[in-house]
Amino acid sequence: MNSKTSDPTVPLAPHERLRGWGGMSAPGREIRSEDLRAVTEGAVLSRGLGRSYGDASLPPPGVTEVVGTSLADRMLAFDPATGVLRAEAGLSLAALARAFLPQGWFTPVSTGTWFVTLGGMVASDVHGKNHHVAGTIGRHLRSLVVRLPSGEIVTCSRDQHPELFFACQGGMGLFGHILEVELALEKIPSPWVWQESYQCPDLDSLLDTLEASASWPMTACWIDTLATGGSFGRGLAMRGRWAERREAPPRMPAPGLSPTVPFDAPSWTLNDLSMKAFNFVWYHKQLREAAIGPVTPHAWFTPLDAVKHWSRAYGKRGFTQHQAVIPREAGRDKVRGFLEILSRRGGTGFLCVVKDCGPQGEGLLSFPRPGTSVALDLPVNDGIQDLIDELNRYVIDVGGRIYLTKDGYTRREHFEAMEAERLPAFHAARDRWDPERRLRSAMSVRLFGDPVGPATTTGAGR
Amino acid sequence: MRVAVLGATRGMGREVARRLAERGDTLVVLARDAGAGEAMATDLRIRGARDTAFVPCDLADPTTFAPALDAATAFLHQLDAVVVTAGLFGTQEQLEDDLDLCARVLDVDFTKTILFCEHARTRLLERGGGTLVVFSSVAGDRGRKTTGLYGATKAGLSHYLESLDHKFRSAGLVTITVKPGFIRTGMTAGLKEAPFAADADDVAPLVVKAMDRAAPVVYTPRIWQLVMLVIRYLPRFVMRRVGF
Ligand SMILES: Cc1cc2nc3c(=O)[nH]c(=O)nc-3n(C[C@H](O)[C@H](O)[C@H](O)COP(=O)(O)OP(=O)(O)OC[C@H]3O[C@@H](n4cnc5c(N)ncnc54)[C@H](O)[C@@H]3O)c2cc1C
Ligand SMILES: NC(=O)c1ccc[n+]([C@@H]2O[C@H](COP(=O)([O-])OP(=O)(O)OC[C@H]3O[C@@H](n4cnc5c(N)ncnc54)[C@H](OP(=O)(O)O)[C@@H]3O)[C@@H](O)[C@H]2O)c1
Repeated sequence: MNSKTSDPTVPLAPHERLRGWGGMSAPGREIRSEDLRAVTEGAVLSRGLGRSYGDASLPPPGVTEVVGTSLADRMLAFDPATGVLRAEAGLSLAALARAFLPQGWFTPVSTGTWFVTLGGMVASDVHGKNHHVAGTIGRHLRSLVVRLPSGEIVTCSRDQHPELFFACQGGMGLFGHILEVELALEKIPSPWVWQESYQCPDLDSLLDTLEASASWPMTACWIDTLATGGSFGRGLAMRGRWAERREAPPRMPAPGLSPTVPFDAPSWTLNDLSMKAFNFVWYHKQLREAAIGPVTPHAWFTPLDAVKHWSRAYGKRGFTQHQAVIPREAGRDKVRGFLEILSRRGGTGFLCVVKDCGPQGEGLLSFPRPGTSVALDLPVNDGIQDLIDELNRYVIDVGGRIYLTKDGYTRREHFEAMEAERLPAFHAARDRWDPERRLRSAMSVRLFGDPVGPATTTGAGR
Repeated sequence: MRVAVLGATRGMGREVARRLAERGDTLVVLARDAGAGEAMATDLRIRGARDTAFVPCDLADPTTFAPALDAATAFLHQLDAVVVTAGLFGTQEQLEDDLDLCARVLDVDFTKTILFCEHARTRLLERGGGTLVVFSSVAGDRGRKTTGLYGATKAGLSHYLESLDHKFRSAGLVTITVKPGFIRTGMTAGLKEAPFAADADDVAPLVVKAMDRAAPVVYTPRIWQLVMLVIRYLPRFVMRRVGF
């Protein structure tokens, strides 16, 4: 039975707004149901747990309803011989981890939060700390069941409708509603992670350590964005691998406390002073220069999940993230130059994560490519558009690109300049699968010039 | 534990069954729809249940109760606990406007639920006791403008469940009344969220903990215990004035 109770003809009440993770919002309501086949019929967009930062999961202006997939979360089949799991698109990584860590399996690609859905992971073609060896989630997919913009439901894979299969990876929900995901899990020797973490006093030593760790299956760096002068770019370089059973504590790892930030904090809570304190404490949290040993997978993959709704700590105006990859061939100085933009502007960066990326994924607009990825959390203030514009001009100059699922502010012309090579194929695929642009989001209106308003049956085109 | 769950195909029942599955319990999914029941049995097995089965049972049709519980007992060998989350909902306006729907909600949520509990109770007592967990609601704690009709079934149900616990606890039967606040399930999709809204995922661990500790009443999220303590003692003239 379908529990859909809403109706697009009922006007929205003022409280009905949908939010991206950073706080960007738009009028709209979510239709949630266990029955994705029923609710996606005629729908303009699906969203998962809304962990994309900007407007990727928000409806285009004039559209009131978006499908919320998180109740459709059944595991449909699992083969313990191969590790292949088939599940509904709303299954969260948190639920997957809870069920499978004790059984010796885990997702082959883990994001920095487990409050994401399989559908959202595919639609953003996500990467994790193992990107340099494991690639994006797309590499581990076996098949998808998708409701096409035409309404038809099809299964796609490397052999069946491969163009659709790859278009959905990083397709930001625009090629169809993903109903089911078939994914090969990774066999793990224990549910603990062996971590080595090193304090690096400046940018060069940090990037050296990252490079020297490339043979490790998982790596990432955190940079103290407020350190200047000789300490510019100092931070922690972290590398890890699944712990062997003999190295692991003889019990199941438990997540830390899960306090929650109940409402938007006043905007003074995260001022420059508190950011300085945060960065200082994080950098010095290891009093020894290196911290080596087993840690819980929660602490390793998702240190921020310990505080539910931490994004509210940024206050009412919220925040955004700018994640860009600086191509390897551009050289290390370009990474330094990128970070210098921030410090020149008074160092408003709060969290800065750096990661080396491996080969590009197969999705039409998949984000990672060989080079250095830099992700910056930025509080929203009057200068945010200028700052993003400046960062984007720099990214264009060095031949890099940005990650759509983190974005809410990039200008269309900047995006077109970064993606001049790949966009024609992306538009051609949309012309083929969705000539009328029935599937749209606030992001697709902003970046691809999609029409606003409810879906029409006459070709709205671009 | 060996547990039969009526309502595991969706919502909070789904999450409670999953928590039990993850600790290796053996589970029977009692449901009216075979496709949904079988799929849920598979989900629970993948998540770690020792074994699972689907058994047909329709809360609207009491002739299915005895055969369903007998089949569940046969599969489980021994019935340790029965969980009932199945139920219907309608907003106060929907129920006032549509008396057929109103009759169905009153009948299923009150009469049929109690009849089902009577069948479950006798089977649990036959084997010397066990645990009966039934989902009522904070809506049954006080007569309110916004949930009068639905709340009346839950008030009656809570009353019945409390009496069971008093009468049969010494015979080994633990009766647990679960009183959720606003939970984001299919039942509440499209409704304006009430304060302290939570997810089914937040409710389930509290219910499993109550089963382990034989706690007679569980408010979920916990804050509702305090809120309802106050609400239960609010004078009528105050209740009448607030929109609550
Ligand atoms: C703290 C934090 C850490 C993160 N770390 C990483 C990281 O390490 N690596 C990384 O790659 N990303 C990371 N992300 C980003 C996150 O993984 C992506 O934004 C992901 O898409 C969010 O999943 P979701 O289910 O919340 O999707 P939403 O945010 O709800 O949606 C994201 C996009 O997916 C589409 N979508 C969702 N479900 C479906 C579906 N069923 N069918 C079709 N389209 C769908 C939406 O339309 C939208 O375009 C992080 C985010 C946060 C908040
Ligand atoms: N959600 C809330 O905010 C809330 C608050 C307080 C109390 N409650 C109570 O908590 C309980 C669970 O609610 P929920 O939100 O989890 O509901 P839900 O998501 O709507 O799930 C209801 C479950 O009951 C089953 N069911 C309904 N009628 C049935 C019938 N005739 N025979 C067999 N199974 C039947 C459904 O099975 P099908 O899949 O076959 O439909 C489904 O599994 C209910 O008693 C509800 O009144 C809920």
